[in-house]
Amino acid sequence: MSSMTPLLDMEGVHKRFVLHLQNQTVLDVLRDFSLRVLPGECVRLSGPSGMGKSTVLKLAFGNYQASDGRIGLRTADNTVVDITQASPRQIVQLRASAVGYVSQFLRVIPRVSALDVVAEPLLERGPDGHPLMELDAARAEAGRWLERLRIPASLWQLPPATFSGGEQQRINIARSFIRTRPLLLLDEPTASLDPLNTATVIELIRAARDQGVGIVGIFHDPEVAAAVASRSVAMQAPSP
Amino acid sequence: MSQAPLLRVRDLRCAYGAREVVRGISFDLWPGEVLAVVGESGSGKSTLLNAVAARHAPVGGTVEFAVRQGPDGVGELAEIYAMTEAQRRLLARTDWGFVHQNAADGLRMNVSAGANVSERLMALGQRHYGRLRAQASDWLQRVEIDPARIDDRPDTFSGGMRQRLQIARNLITAPRLVFMDEPTSSLDVSVQARLLDMLRMLTRQMELAAIIVTHDLAVARLLAQRMVVMQGGNAVEAGLTDQVLDDPQHPYTQLLVSSVLPP
Repeated sequence: MSSMTPLLDMEGVHKRFVLHLQNQTVLDVLRDFSLRVLPGECVRLSGPSGMGKSTVLKLAFGNYQASDGRIGLRTADNTVVDITQASPRQIVQLRASAVGYVSQFLRVIPRVSALDVVAEPLLERGPDGHPLMELDAARAEAGRWLERLRIPASLWQLPPATFSGGEQQRINIARSFIRTRPLLLLDEPTASLDPLNTATVIELIRAARDQGVGIVGIFHDPEVAAAVASRSVAMQAPSP
Repeated sequence: MSQAPLLRVRDLRCAYGAREVVRGISFDLWPGEVLAVVGESGSGKSTLLNAVAARHAPVGGTVEFAVRQGPDGVGELAEIYAMTEAQRRLLARTDWGFVHQNAADGLRMNVSAGANVSERLMALGQRHYGRLRAQASDWLQRVEIDPARIDDRPDTFSGGMRQRLQIARNLITAPRLVFMDEPTSSLDVSVQARLLDMLRMLTRQMELAAIIVTHDLAVARLLAQRMVVMQGGNAVEAGLTDQVLDDPQHPYTQLLVSSVLPP
């Protein structure tokens, strides 16, 4: 398989929600959606709220189940797995090796310090069954990322539950970029950041692209979009 | 990714008299994987747990476990209800653990904390007092209990400490599978967080597989990669935890998820 095999290949994807408790209301939030993302590309999903942009990211991450269509993800060993057909174990493995997702909000874990939240992806077990890094090395690396994203060292040992929205978002970004996957899904990564930190995140995204990471992102800020996106896909309301 | 499951459950059925409370449940569990079983009281989730843990004989179906062979070898799947009582008991106190909702059900309240923690080692034939005590002390520390309390009885411990003591008592033999029945629900919220964080760390460090029965969706989200939703003895939905919670398909799961504050 060549390097031009898409990292993400969505074809004819349909997402329907059936709300059983609201009189079986049916919501078709995505119809016949297709998207291919190659290494080094950054595709911006644009359009007003409610057009299914976040849904696309959640489908590609296996957080939502597609109602129809296929979503191929390229794995580390260059095979393609259709995440709509993957078992829970396969999806867990894809998330460890093929696809990362940065949501707007950090899901905080009680008692775990900011430093350890960021270090955690480096402590996951690799294919050989051993953690990817020793704890001390992982923490040192996490510290470098927190520094880069301007989180004051006085906060590193604290659980991020009490941090501001912008601080939490930066923790989330550090946690994702500390170990990039070949495909990165970004949902408003700069939504609550000040200009200085926004500029840092733009640098990070561009550096990831240069390394061949494929990115799909939602960027409401046109300046951020212009700085990072290589092309744009306009999302429209699904026709009834 | 290891190829063979640690546990294989097929079409498991349990009944109390004529009343069927588990109606044909099947799942596999792999090493290191945590599975949450959620559902309301009376859905059959605790009965399912007890049946899988060889504590309640089912009326139908199979439970197979990869019994350890040799020091490192993972064995072939063996039907647990076809084993002798002695084999099952050995399994239950070496390679399995069982954490009860009420710590008093899983501890000996009238002997010291140290004796509680080292009991499984003694059952395996360890007799050296100093070594047993050192291991017990080490495990008390790992579950954040001051080793100075080693000679105190659990009835002098708080609820959270008792629950942590119960966990140490189970994990001291480095089991590969732990069953937990509502491990946090008898605790105050502030104490729960500590226990949850500890369980999360221990399951990762020890590559423990676990089945956790809980009615708390936030507990499931924090600890489990996969979940099963039970209603009326049936598994109405099963899958990746975040997928089931964020995109529930079944009406009952939608009701469960919409009935709580976002977990």
